[in-house]
Amino acid sequence: MNEPNSLFTSQLSGDAPEVAVTRHMLLRGLVAAPVLVLIASFIWGADGAASSAFGCALVMVNFALAAALISTTARISLALMMGAVLFGYLIRLGIIFAAVVLVRNMSWISLPALGCTIIVTHLGLLFWELRHVSASLAYPGLKPTSGGEASTSS
Amino acid sequence: MEALAKIVVKAAEAAADPAAAKNEAAAASAGFAYGLAAIGPGIGIGYIVGKAVEAMARQPEAAGMVRTTMFLGIAFTEALALIGFVVFILLKFA
Repeated sequence: MNEPNSLFTSQLSGDAPEVAVTRHMLLRGLVAAPVLVLIASFIWGADGAASSAFGCALVMVNFALAAALISTTARISLALMMGAVLFGYLIRLGIIFAAVVLVRNMSWISLPALGCTIIVTHLGLLFWELRHVSASLAYPGLKPTSGGEASTSS
Repeated sequence: MEALAKIVVKAAEAAADPAAAKNEAAAASAGFAYGLAAIGPGIGIGYIVGKAVEAMARQPEAAGMVRTTMFLGIAFTEALALIGFVVFILLKFA
C-alpha cells in the first residue's frame, strides 16, 4: 500500500519553472521599461520618467524575489514553500512600502507616475507572460519539457 | 470616561481646524483601506498555494505545470494588493 506523501518531507527537485517564467518577464520588462519611461516623460515630464524607471525596477525586483523564494523553499519542503509564499507576500509588500516611503519626498519623484507604472508594469508583464504560458500549455509541441519533478525524502 | 473626554477634545480640535482634521481623517482612512486591501489577496494567495500543494502531492508528474500556474496566480492576486497600495500612496502622500 502506498503511503501518502507528507507535506513536510515532499520536496520538488529539478528545474524551477517560476525562475524561467520570471526570467522571461524580466527580459520583457527590460524591453517594456523604456517605452513606459518615454510615455511617463510625455505625461509627467522628467520627474515622471525617473519615477517610472523606479517603478519598473520595483516591480521587477518584486517578481525576482517571489521566484527566488518559491524556488529556494520548494527544494526544501512543500510546507516551507507554502509558509514562505505567505510570509513572502507580506515581506514583499513591506519592501515596496518602504521603498516608496523612502523616496516620496525626493525632488525627482512623481507619485501618480510611480503608482501608474507599478500597476501597468505588473499587470502588463503578467498578461504578456500569460499568453506565452497558455500557448505552451495549449500546444503540446511547445510545452516546456524541463518541468520540476516531485520526490519524497523521508 | 477618559476615552469620551478624548473624543470630545478631538471634536473640539476638529471644529477649530477643519482642514487639519480632514487631512488626519484622510490619512487614517487611507491606512485602513490599505490594510483591508491586503487581506483579500492574502486569503487568495493562501488558497492558491494550498490547492497547488495539494495538486502537486496528488500528481507529482504535473508539478512543473502546477508551479507555473501557481506562480502566475499568486502574481495576479498580488496585483490587487498593489492597486490598494497605489491608491493608499496617492491618498496619503500625493
